[in-house]
Amino acid sequence: MSDGLRLVLRGVCHAYRDLSVLQDIELVAEPGEVLVLVGPSGCGKSTLLGIMGGLLSPSAGSVRVEGAVAEDCLNPLTYVFQDFALLPWRSVAGNVSLVLEQRLSRADCAARVAEVLTLTGLTEFARAWPRQLSGGMRQRVGIARALAVRPACLLMDEPLSALDAQTRDLLLEEFVALIERARTTTVYVTHNLAEAVRLGQQIVVLSRRPGRVREVVRIDRPLAGRSATDRDLLQVETALWRMIRDDAVAAEREIEHAPH
Amino acid sequence: MRRIDGPVRFRGGGFSPRERFWAAAGTLIGLVALWQLGCTEGVIPTLFLPAPVNIAVELWHLTVSGELWINLKPSLERLAIGWSVGTVFGIGMGLAVGLWSALRSPGMAVVSALFPIPKIALVPLFIIWFGIGEGSKIVTVAIGVFFPTVIATAGGVDNVPRSLIRMGQSFGLSTGAIVRKIVLPGALPAILSGFRVTASIAIVLLVAAEMIGAEHGIGAFVLSAGNLYDTDALMAGIVVLSVLGLVVAWVIGLLERGLLAWR
Repeated sequence: MSDGLRLVLRGVCHAYRDLSVLQDIELVAEPGEVLVLVGPSGCGKSTLLGIMGGLLSPSAGSVRVEGAVAEDCLNPLTYVFQDFALLPWRSVAGNVSLVLEQRLSRADCAARVAEVLTLTGLTEFARAWPRQLSGGMRQRVGIARALAVRPACLLMDEPLSALDAQTRDLLLEEFVALIERARTTTVYVTHNLAEAVRLGQQIVVLSRRPGRVREVVRIDRPLAGRSATDRDLLQVETALWRMIRDDAVAAEREIEHAPH
Repeated sequence: MRRIDGPVRFRGGGFSPRERFWAAAGTLIGLVALWQLGCTEGVIPTLFLPAPVNIAVELWHLTVSGELWINLKPSLERLAIGWSVGTVFGIGMGLAVGLWSALRSPGMAVVSALFPIPKIALVPLFIIWFGIGEGSKIVTVAIGVFFPTVIATAGGVDNVPRSLIRMGQSFGLSTGAIVRKIVLPGALPAILSGFRVTASIAIVLLVAAEMIGAEHGIGAFVLSAGNLYDTDALMAGIVVLSVLGLVVAWVIGLLERGLLAWR
């Protein structure tokens, strides 16, 4: 796996026409670090992730990637989507090989697909259609597809929010294991603060729209040693909620009163 | 307040129609049997509408004498070439209109302006442009197929979830790969639905073009039989067209089952 990239954001602003969504974002995600973006609904978390991944162009400011990537890295900045974004006309293996089949020989492609399917526990579902899988399994395919390109930086846009609570907990632990093994830089967007403290080494709290960096919280404990019931993590979670609560309520009211 | 007491009534089910071959075949056979009965009983005058048995006998004679094949072969060739040309260009244009802003408005303006023109009215013009030979008939079919294919394909492209295209972009797929691996398969259900429509349009236009200017072909055969008041032969030609429509629908059904197994 790649050693991870340094992701540097300087003065990033973004607006949709006259609507300012992000303002003056300054962030650095260090190589191998898990940076979690949290904030109230509509604060621009996913927009910021889109800008980091090059899917959106910022209205102002810059995003730089620094560092070296491994030879076998096929897509340094790789997304994992909230809605899985699987191609329904491709089998599980077909979805995982989507990028590989263009860039690798047939044998190398098959070997890498087999490897990531084993890693994500999907081997026996290799020939299944996405519609035949549960939500959790579909997201596993999304993860397998992302890992198959040997990313240097994973950009995860609320990857667990479409799943039920039990699946979310199970998959979160698998994410921890995968991130620890891969040691890629990871930017993880979530509205779930328990996820944020379980995964985050740097938690960036955005204010309500236009999103600004309101607070940066660092948790230095290794991911493997953390548990959802750890008192210090629960304290961080509570503190994060205090920071976000008023903004979240205001953002909710804003959505309720938005013209239809 | 209204008191309710009793088992919960089942309200689910339905809204999931399935194809039943024997229901389809039984309906067609039943209609033909009624038609035959009407002719036998004298309810239907056979001078105007021949009995199915007479049509079957006429079809047999046409088959044995080779006359059916003499007329069917050029029709099938014109249909295959015209439909394929119209479909290939239609899918290409539909993809272009569906994908690129620069082509969308001009393309749709042209399609909207030309699609409603009855293509049969253009056959004399095509004869002037492409001659009385094969060209005018093939172009008539191709033009008739082209416009609905553009509309079906562009609609299919519009319905491909943008999240899938963004996924392709996020993985660094080239534009060609996104079109080939995401857009085209995503638009395929709409394109195949369009095939059902365009296949029927192609048959209608082929017959019309052959009636206006062809020595051989099912259209020419039907017209010639009509001119001679040979209603048995006329109806035999129509039955051939109907069977052609059924075969085409069956082939498209097979294509759908094969290519859309993921649904």
